[in-house]
Amino acid sequence: MTMEIEKEQHVLVIFPHPDDEAFGVSGTIATHTKRGTPVTYACLTLGEMGRNLGNPPFATRESLPDIRKAELQKAAEALGIKDLRMMGLRDKTLEFEDDGKMADLVSDLLAELKPSLVISFYPGFSVHPDHEATARAVVRAFRRLPETERPKLHLVAFANNTDADLGQPDIVYDISNVFEKKMDAMRAHISQTIWLLKEMEKLLAQNDEATVQRVKFERFWTYRWDDDKVSELKA
Amino acid sequence: MEPIITAKVQESIDHFANKDIYIHMETTNGAYASHFNEKFFSAGAYIRNARLSYEHGKIVGEGPYRVGLKLEIGWVYAEGLTHYGFDEKGRLLLAGHDFDGKLAVALQIGEEPFK
Repeated sequence: MTMEIEKEQHVLVIFPHPDDEAFGVSGTIATHTKRGTPVTYACLTLGEMGRNLGNPPFATRESLPDIRKAELQKAAEALGIKDLRMMGLRDKTLEFEDDGKMADLVSDLLAELKPSLVISFYPGFSVHPDHEATARAVVRAFRRLPETERPKLHLVAFANNTDADLGQPDIVYDISNVFEKKMDAMRAHISQTIWLLKEMEKLLAQNDEATVQRVKFERFWTYRWDDDKVSELKA
Repeated sequence: MEPIITAKVQESIDHFANKDIYIHMETTNGAYASHFNEKFFSAGAYIRNARLSYEHGKIVGEGPYRVGLKLEIGWVYAEGLTHYGFDEKGRLLLAGHDFDGKLAVALQIGEEPFK
């Protein structure tokens, strides 16, 4: 069962890696920008530690960040994101950053932009340590706001135990009418997605039901404040 | 990057010997390894811009290659290296790319810190 995407005042997307936005939420983003809703994408790192460098290699550990930065800008353009912010942190280090500063980073964005909706990862269900650190920072920043002033918080979850422990997503959007924009966003991150896209495009051409479902429907879990497991910041 | 030519790499290792240098070294099987295969034991290590000096170093093996650097009171080594190159500042970049083109290991040496 799908639902309509509500009209927002301002959408803030917070993810740690270029391409995190592409697979799960780019159709939703494109829907908002198509309506003229401003979308800010705060991307915390440049995915400096990406492992797809090719063999023969097309990039080195040192040249990859510039490649991924250009891909991120291209994806943002494809999705109509006019406010792309590269936050300058380093891939695979977020969980080791000062947790208070991580929350401050999010608090500053919330204070400045006053978004009506924030999109990020669900803490505990987002697999990569950078995703988890980002998710915790978002939840901690939200906690600093009075409940009535908190934006909506729509989160992506994909850990293997999601169905068992978090249940079904409470939000499912059919993004068919911006499908090509979503594909363009995925194609923009070509250094990271080339193998996956080849496989995906083959399956889509065959109308493979599971793949169609995965690409055309975007799933979110609203954060459950009544079951908030993110630890308190140490004073 | 190019497939390793041991003579070229050895020449560069010799060039950096007994200088104050910066090392980038990483090994990784990727942050998703245990997600895709829950029986997979994920491990890795990462050090960036460690400042040190080595007395001598060697590249050995038939490919993939191993590189070891002997410090005054310790060692640095990496195995699984397949490719080499130099960046615009003359830093030596060594990497091991697996059969799928994914970086598995990197060892980089330069006289200036990495960005």
